[in-house]
Amino acid sequence: MSLRIVVCVKYVPDATGDRHFAEDLTVDRDDVDGLLSELDEYAVEQALQIKEAADDAEITVLTVGPEDANDALRKALSMGADKAVHVEDDDLHGTDALGTSLVLAKAIEKTGYDLVVCGMASTDGTMGVLPALLAERLNVPQVTQLSEVSVADGKVTGRRDGDTASEQLEAALPAVVSVTDQSGEARYPSFKGIMAAKKKPVESLDLEDLEIEADEVGLEGAWTKVDGAAERPARTAGTIVKDEGEGGKQLAEFLAGQKFI
Amino acid sequence: MAEVLVYVDHVDGAVRKPTLELLTLARRIGEPVAVHLGPNAEAAAQVLGEHGAVKVLAADAPEFAEYLVAPKVDALQAAYDAVSPAAVLLPSSTEGKEIGARLAVRIGSGIITDAVDLEAGDEGPVATQSVFAASYTTKSRITKGTPVITVKPNSAAPEAAPAAGTVEQLAVTVADSSKGTKVVSRTPRESTGRPELTEAAIVVSGGRGVNGAENFPVIEALADSLGAAVGASRAAVDAGWYPHTNQVGQTGKSVSPQLYIAAGISGAIQHRAGMQTSKTIVAINKDEEAPIFDLVDYGVVGDLFDVVPALTDEVKTRKG
Ligand SMILES: Cc1cc2nc3c(=O)[nH]c(=O)nc-3n(C[C@H](O)[C@H](O)[C@H](O)COP(=O)(O)OP(=O)(O)OC[C@H]3O[C@@H](n4cnc5c(N)ncnc54)[C@H](O)[C@@H]3O)c2cc1C
Ligand SMILES: Cc1cc2nc3c(=O)[nH]c(=O)nc-3n(C[C@H](O)[C@H](O)[C@H](O)COP(=O)(O)OP(=O)(O)OC[C@H]3O[C@@H](n4cnc5c(N)ncnc54)[C@H](O)[C@@H]3O)c2cc1C
Repeated sequence: MSLRIVVCVKYVPDATGDRHFAEDLTVDRDDVDGLLSELDEYAVEQALQIKEAADDAEITVLTVGPEDANDALRKALSMGADKAVHVEDDDLHGTDALGTSLVLAKAIEKTGYDLVVCGMASTDGTMGVLPALLAERLNVPQVTQLSEVSVADGKVTGRRDGDTASEQLEAALPAVVSVTDQSGEARYPSFKGIMAAKKKPVESLDLEDLEIEADEVGLEGAWTKVDGAAERPARTAGTIVKDEGEGGKQLAEFLAGQKFI
Repeated sequence: MAEVLVYVDHVDGAVRKPTLELLTLARRIGEPVAVHLGPNAEAAAQVLGEHGAVKVLAADAPEFAEYLVAPKVDALQAAYDAVSPAAVLLPSSTEGKEIGARLAVRIGSGIITDAVDLEAGDEGPVATQSVFAASYTTKSRITKGTPVITVKPNSAAPEAAPAAGTVEQLAVTVADSSKGTKVVSRTPRESTGRPELTEAAIVVSGGRGVNGAENFPVIEALADSLGAAVGASRAAVDAGWYPHTNQVGQTGKSVSPQLYIAAGISGAIQHRAGMQTSKTIVAINKDEEAPIFDLVDYGVVGDLFDVVPALTDEVKTRKG
């Protein structure tokens, strides 16, 4: 039986660009280029490796995001995923983590799955909670923050490197997994991969398809509200000295002045 | 006054500093009730009481260690049901965020993660977040359900506030569906004897400029002279020069010490995401164009192998 893998990928504003908030205090997506969250490339990579190790597996990449989020799906398809699902609806604008998890969970159930693979965190919201939220909503095991993962005999195993300990985890499928950037470098799409991606199917779903009411998501339906966003004032220029033999001493002088020594 | 649940982060009953910070913040919005899961609640209760916990709800069950996260969510939910709190606060650790997230789904509430400050507002607690690699500061609140908020370490100075800290046993039933992810084995991390990275008042980090594992003792010596924790950039970690647990940045630890010293680190956005909120920032880099210099209060353009040992000597001399 085929192993059905769903990889959740997020389309995010480029972190090296100048990220801003729009007037309604959501992320301004017009001002800066978007791309597939780099940390989700690791999720796609691990899914590809799990597929390669399995007899028969199929990878669906899933995103919830605006029209342009299609770019994130194309990138994942060009890396080697088989098909894509794009949940797109004007009413999704401003959805928070609880809302996003609701939409993702419904889309995952509709697609059908044995394994859900996520990144450790998005590079914009950086909450790192979506995988746990999904496990709770889908009522399946959460096997998260893995720096090593494998799937065999209907089980997923992996290593979670925590603050105080490193843990070896095991769960029966279906399960939700998230992987860290320690799990292994993500592959680059090949030219062949990029060409092939153009022909791969992308299914588009809206809220109605998922039987979600508009007021359960979006800015209005959000469980959280942002009341203000202020750009951090530029730091006042610091003192910079060239080391001409006295750099260490001068620095010590500064630290002493600040009472650190 | 309304009660506020505070999830206790501890190692065998030794309460970690971020929890004491949470108790301080909790007192701004109500009466802190601590939730202690695992062994040695009595020992923990002492410290928790000294920092304002009016009550400590305690539960211990083998399932907390045998399975990942979910049994602890069952326990926190039991505490929530027992208290009907005005808010639930947890530390912004990987586990704290995951427990908070799952609880939020169960109780139909919103969640805010990585708050760096918290105050009482007319419509519930208002959380400050530092987002987009600390280039923006936002104020947010939760509009549905009971606010679940995770708070970053070093967001408040722990204040002593003697309270009863009475231990009450919490009855917890771990659901079968919470036993899905087995912890097959656990290898504790060896202690270096240095302060914990996220909690340290001073952090000294080394990057690619350190140029080899064999040179990291140069960084460690400076850290030890200052009583600091040691950090590393991802370039240094990926090269195998220092453990990943010491990585500072977006995919490493987020630190917010009084003093951050970066040696041989260029200051890429992902590194900045983890250290930009440090109070005082110092850099040593031989390239005067390195972006890290845009952030510093004090910068030395020079070879770290000259500057760092000289600084270490000077610190030792001054400290006597
Ligand atoms: C700066 C900032 C701060 C925010 N703070 C909050 C907050 O405190 N509370 C709140 O409720 N919301 C918050 N949001 C909104 C929140 O980021 C989004 O709702 C988001 O989609 C879920 O959180 P995340 O992006 O942090 O995902 P994470 O939980 O960090 O993402 C983990 C993984 O989940 C998957 N994933 C996440 N989003 C999607 C998606 N849209 N499509 C497919 N897969 C996805 C990916 O695999 C990703 O690697 C914030 C947004 C921003 C930009
Ligand atoms: C998704 C993602 C997540 C990431 N997460 C993180 C993260 O969590 N943390 C992180 O740090 N990075 C992270 N990165 C990597 C980040 O983009 C940078 O590559 C990394 O921070 C660079 O490390 P560095 O500054 O040590 O090395 P470099 O950028 O190579 O800089 C080395 C610096 O050392 C200086 N130098 C060299 N020799 C000396 C000398 N003898 N004396 C003084 N100065 C010297 C050089 O002038 C240079 O400025 C992430 C990247 C991605 C894509």
